[in-house]
Amino acid sequence: MALLDVKNLSVSFVTRNGTNKAVDSVSFSVEPRQITAIIGESGSGKSVSCYAMLGLVPSPPGRIDGGTAHFQGQDLLALSEAELRAIRGRDIAMIFQDPMTCLNPFMRIGDQLIEPLTLHKGLAKGPARLQAQSLLDEVGIRDPQAAMTAFPHEFSGGMRQRVMIAMALINEPKLLIADEPTTALDVTIQAQILKLIAELQTKRDIGVLFISHDLAVVSDIADQIVVMEKGKVVESGQPQAIFENPQQPYTQKLLAAIPSGQKPADAVAPDPLIHIENLRTWFTPTDGAEPIKAVDDVSLEIHRGEVLGLVGESGSGKSTLGRSILRLVPITDGKITFEDTELSALEGRSLKQFRHRMQMIFQDPYASLNPRMTVYDTLAEPLLLHGLVTKAGLDQAIRELMDNVGLARAFVRKYPHEFSGGQRQRIAIGRALATRPEFIVADEPVSALDVTIQAQILDLLADLTKEYGLTMLFISHDLAVIRQIADRIAVMYHGKLVEEGSTAQVFETPREHYTRSLLAAIPGANVA
Amino acid sequence: MLRFMLIRILQALPVIFVVITATFFLVRSAPGGPFDQEKVVIPEVKKALEAQYRLDLPLHEQYFAYLGDLAQGDLGPSFKYPGRSVNEILFSGLPVTAELGLYALMIALVIGVSAGVFASLKPNTAQDYVPMSLAMIGICMPSFLLGPLLVLVFGIWLDWLPITGWGDIPGDKILPAVTLGSAYAAYIARLSRAGMLEILSQDYIRTARAKGLPEWRVVTQHALRGGLIPVIAFLGPAFAGLLAGSFVVETIFQIPGLGRFYVQAAFNRDYTMILGTTVFLSSLIVFFNLVSDIVAAWLNPRLRHQFQGGGS
Amino acid sequence: MTTEALIFEAAEEGSSLWHDAWLRLKKNKLALFGGGVLLFMIIVALLTPWIAPYSYEAQNLDLGATPPSAEHWLGTDIFGRDVLTQIMFGGRISLAVGFIATAVALLIGVTWGAIAGYVGGRVDAVMMRLVDILYALPFMIFIVLLMVVFGRNILLLFLAIGAVEWLTMARIMRSQVQSLRQQEFVEAAVSVGLSPAAIIRKHVVPNALGPIIVYTTLTIPSVMLLEAFLSFLGLGIQPPATSWGLLISYGAETMEEYPWLLIFPGCALTLTLFSLNFLGDGLRDALDVRGSKD
Repeated sequence: MALLDVKNLSVSFVTRNGTNKAVDSVSFSVEPRQITAIIGESGSGKSVSCYAMLGLVPSPPGRIDGGTAHFQGQDLLALSEAELRAIRGRDIAMIFQDPMTCLNPFMRIGDQLIEPLTLHKGLAKGPARLQAQSLLDEVGIRDPQAAMTAFPHEFSGGMRQRVMIAMALINEPKLLIADEPTTALDVTIQAQILKLIAELQTKRDIGVLFISHDLAVVSDIADQIVVMEKGKVVESGQPQAIFENPQQPYTQKLLAAIPSGQKPADAVAPDPLIHIENLRTWFTPTDGAEPIKAVDDVSLEIHRGEVLGLVGESGSGKSTLGRSILRLVPITDGKITFEDTELSALEGRSLKQFRHRMQMIFQDPYASLNPRMTVYDTLAEPLLLHGLVTKAGLDQAIRELMDNVGLARAFVRKYPHEFSGGQRQRIAIGRALATRPEFIVADEPVSALDVTIQAQILDLLADLTKEYGLTMLFISHDLAVIRQIADRIAVMYHGKLVEEGSTAQVFETPREHYTRSLLAAIPGANVA
Repeated sequence: MLRFMLIRILQALPVIFVVITATFFLVRSAPGGPFDQEKVVIPEVKKALEAQYRLDLPLHEQYFAYLGDLAQGDLGPSFKYPGRSVNEILFSGLPVTAELGLYALMIALVIGVSAGVFASLKPNTAQDYVPMSLAMIGICMPSFLLGPLLVLVFGIWLDWLPITGWGDIPGDKILPAVTLGSAYAAYIARLSRAGMLEILSQDYIRTARAKGLPEWRVVTQHALRGGLIPVIAFLGPAFAGLLAGSFVVETIFQIPGLGRFYVQAAFNRDYTMILGTTVFLSSLIVFFNLVSDIVAAWLNPRLRHQFQGGGS
Repeated sequence: MTTEALIFEAAEEGSSLWHDAWLRLKKNKLALFGGGVLLFMIIVALLTPWIAPYSYEAQNLDLGATPPSAEHWLGTDIFGRDVLTQIMFGGRISLAVGFIATAVALLIGVTWGAIAGYVGGRVDAVMMRLVDILYALPFMIFIVLLMVVFGRNILLLFLAIGAVEWLTMARIMRSQVQSLRQQEFVEAAVSVGLSPAAIIRKHVVPNALGPIIVYTTLTIPSVMLLEAFLSFLGLGIQPPATSWGLLISYGAETMEEYPWLLIFPGCALTLTLFSLNFLGDGLRDALDVRGSKD
C-alpha cells in the first residue's frame, strides 16, 4: 500500500482579481522507502499541492476544491487543523528551499531542534537535547555540542540545510517532503546534500516527496518522477522511461531544454582581444577588518570572437572579475588591456566614451531594468547617449533591436513588471546590444529563469554572438550550461584562477582537484 | 558587544557637551535678564545680586565656571527662588515626573503591544481595523486636547476622577497617566503591528508551522522576538517624547513635576534653572537613547556577534 | 507608412507603476476620504478671507460667549467673536505652518540624504555623523528654549520645526539612495555610460520618490502637532494671530463653562490630522508593492 496516495487534488486561490486554479485534479503517490520527485517550472503548482495537503496554505485566499490524500489510512484533506498539526512534524516532516531564511535567526539551533520532540513526544528538555545532538552528528555537523548553542547566521547554507534535515527527521517521520532543498546551494554542496538525503532515506526507512525544477538533479535519486505543468500532472513514470521515452510534448520540451552536449571546437587561431595581468580586486571594509580578496592575482586572456566560460561557486570571485573588466568596481592592482587601450588606466570622460565597446547582461532580469522606464526608453537611452542614431532614426533602431532579441514590437511601450522573466532578459540583452559592443559580459544570465526559457535565451545568445562576431565572457555556476555554450573555460576558486583550457580539455581531462570535484558534482549522470 | 557599547557611549558624550554649551550661550544671549520683570531694583542691590550670580563676569568666564560646577554635580542657585538651589528644585520634581512617566510608559507598552500584536494576527479584518482605528485617534489627538477632554468628561460631567494634584486624592494619578500614555500607546500599537506583520511573513514562521506548532506558540516563541525589536528601539525616542509631553500634562493637571518647573523657568528667565533642567533632562534622554540602542542591537544575534568580533 | 511601422505606432501604452499605485489608492476608501477632507480644508483655508462669515476682528462684547446658534454656527467666545471664523483663520496658520515647515525639511533633507547616499565613503560618513549628533539632541527642549529666548517669531518657528524634521527625511532618502545604488539597473546605467548626475536624475530619484512622498504626507501632521503644542504652551503663534493650538489652549481654560470653545477647534485639528494620516497610510500601501516579480 502506498505511503501517500493523492487523488484528484484541486486547489484554487480566490483573490479580488478572480479565481486561479493552481492545482487541477492532480494525482500521485509515494511508495514506502521510495523517492517520488515532482518536477515542474514556476506556476506548475508543485509546491502548492504539497503545502495544501499539510494545511500550510493560508485559507483565504487558498481553497481546497476537492480530492483525497491518504496517508497511513487517513485522508489528510478531511482532517481538522488540530489533527493535521499532530501529524506535521511528527509523521510528515518538511524541509524548504532557502536554508538562509528558514531557520529562526533569533533562536539558538538547539532550541529550534528540540521543539518537535518536546511538542509531539512530550520529552523533557534534557533528553531532547541529547537526541538532537546525536542527530546533528548523523547529518554531518562537525561539532554538534557547540552547534546546539549557536545561532543560524553562524553557519553556511549547506550546514543550515543539514540542520533543517536534522530538525525534520528528529521525530522519525514516515514521510519527508523536500521542497527544492538544493536549489539555493552551490553545486558541490548540492551533491553532498542529495547524497545525505538518499542515505538517510535508506537508513531510516522513509518515503520522500522531492519537489524540484531540475530534472538532472532528480534523475540521480528518484524512483518515480511526476511531471507537472500549469497545475496538472502531465506525465509520470520511472526515470528510465521518462528520459528514454517521454510521451507528452511538455515532457519532451523539458528534456530538450536540459543543457547538453559540448560546443564543438573551432579551428581558429587565438587572437587576444582582452588581456588581464595580475588583476587584484580587494574590498576593504570600513572598520579596518581583513580585506576581502574577491579577485586575487588573476591573469587571463580572452580571444576575439570566442565565448569564454567563467565557472565557480559562490564566493569564487567570478562576478567580481566580470565587473572589474567592465570597470564597474574599482580595481586594486593589475592591468587590463582591451585591444590596444589600457582599459585599467582610463578614467572619467575617456572611460565613458570607451564604454560603448563593452556591455553587460545581469543575472536578475527584473532588478536590471529601471521599473519606471518603458522598453522604448530603456533601449533608447544607450542609443541616444552615444550618438549612434539621430532622433529620426531612433524608432527604426529600436525596432531592429526588438526584432533581434525576439520581442514583439507591440510591447514597446510596456513596463518591466508587465513582462515575464524571459522577456525581461530579452530587453536587457537588447540594451546590451544597442551600442554594438565588441565584448559582452554575461553574468549568470539564465540562472534566474525556468529551464525551458533558459534554453531559449541560451540559443538567442549563441545566435547573437555568432551573427555579430561578439566576444563574450559567460559567467555561470552551472557546468552543464557552460559546456553547451563555451569555447574555452576558466575555473575560479576563492578569488584565484584554478584551471583554464578548452571545453573539451577541461571536461575530459581536468587537471586540478577542485575542477574534478566540480565535475563530479554535476547532477544527471544518466541524462546528458 | 563591549566594543559597540563603548563606541556608543563615546558618541553620546560630545552630544551632551554640545547641549550644555549651546544651552548656556543660547540662554545668555536672550534679551532681558532675570531681574527685569521684577519691580524696579535699586542699582546697588542689582549690582550685588549680579555679583552673587556671577553675572558681572565676562561670558566665557561664566561658562567655564559653570562647567566646573557641573563637574561637581552642582547646578547652581535658582534665580527665581533665592535660597534654593537648582539641584534642590530638580530633585523635588524628579520623583513626580518619573512616576508619571513610568505609569504612562507602562500603559503605553501594555495597551500598545497587545493591541498591535492582536491586530497583526488577522490583518485587514475587524480584528485589525478596530484597534488600529483607535490607535489612529490616539495619534491624532494631542495630549493637550485629550487631557482637557478627559477632564471635562470624567472629572466634571461624570465626576468620577479628580482633576488636579498628584498623590493628594486617590485616583488623581489616573487621568494624567492616561493622557500622557495614550499617544505612545498608539505609536507602539502601530509599530508592533508592522513589526509582527513583517516577521509573520518570513519563511521561518512557515517552518515553525510545518513542525506542528500551535499558532499561539508560533506567535509567542518565534514571532515576538523579532517583531518587537522596533518597539524596543522606539523606547529611547519615546522617553524623550514622554518628557516633553510631561510639560503639557503637568501644566493641565497642575502636577508639581520637572516639566512644569521647566516651563515656568523658561518664562521667568531663571537662567540657572533653565540651564540646569535642560542639561539634566538632556543627559537623561541621551542616556535612555543609548540604552535602548544597545538593547535593540543586543537582541539581534547577528549584530551581537558582529560586535563581539569574529564576524560570521 | 509600412505595416510594420504602423504596428509600432499603434503599440499599446503600458501601465506604469505610478498608474498602478493610483489605481490601488483609489480602491482605498479611507485614504480617499482623507484626501477629500484635506482638499476641502485647504480650499476653505485659501478662500477664508472671502468666505468667512464674520470679519476676524469683529467682537461683540455685549454678546459674550454663546453656544452654537443660527447666526453663529459654532458659537462665540468670551469676546463675542464668531468661533467658526476663528477656526477658519486659525486653520490658515496651522496648515501653512504644516506645509511650509515640511517643505523646508523636505528640501534640505532630500538633498542632504541624496548626496550622502550616492557619493558614499567619507563624505557620507561625515554628513551622516552630523545628522546622528543632531538627531540625538533633545529637540523639544531646544525648541522651547529657542522660542522663549528669541521671541515668538513665525519665521523662527518655521525654521525651528523644519530643523527637527529634516533629519529623518535625510536618513530616509539616504537609505533609499544607498539601496538603489546597489540595484543592478543603476549598475547597468553606469555600464551604458551615463554620468553620475544623469543617473541620479533619471534612475535614482524617480525610484526613491515613493517613501519620500509617504513620509512627507506623514510629516505634515506631526509638524502641525508640534506647532499646536508650542502654541498651547504660549510659545508658538502669538495673538493677534491665531492657530488651532492657541484656540485649543483658550478653550481648555474655560472648558467647564463653555465646552464648545474646546471641542470645535479640537475637532478641526483632529479631523485634519486624521485625514493626513489616512492619506499617508493609503499612499504607503499603494506605493509599497513594486509589481510582480514573476
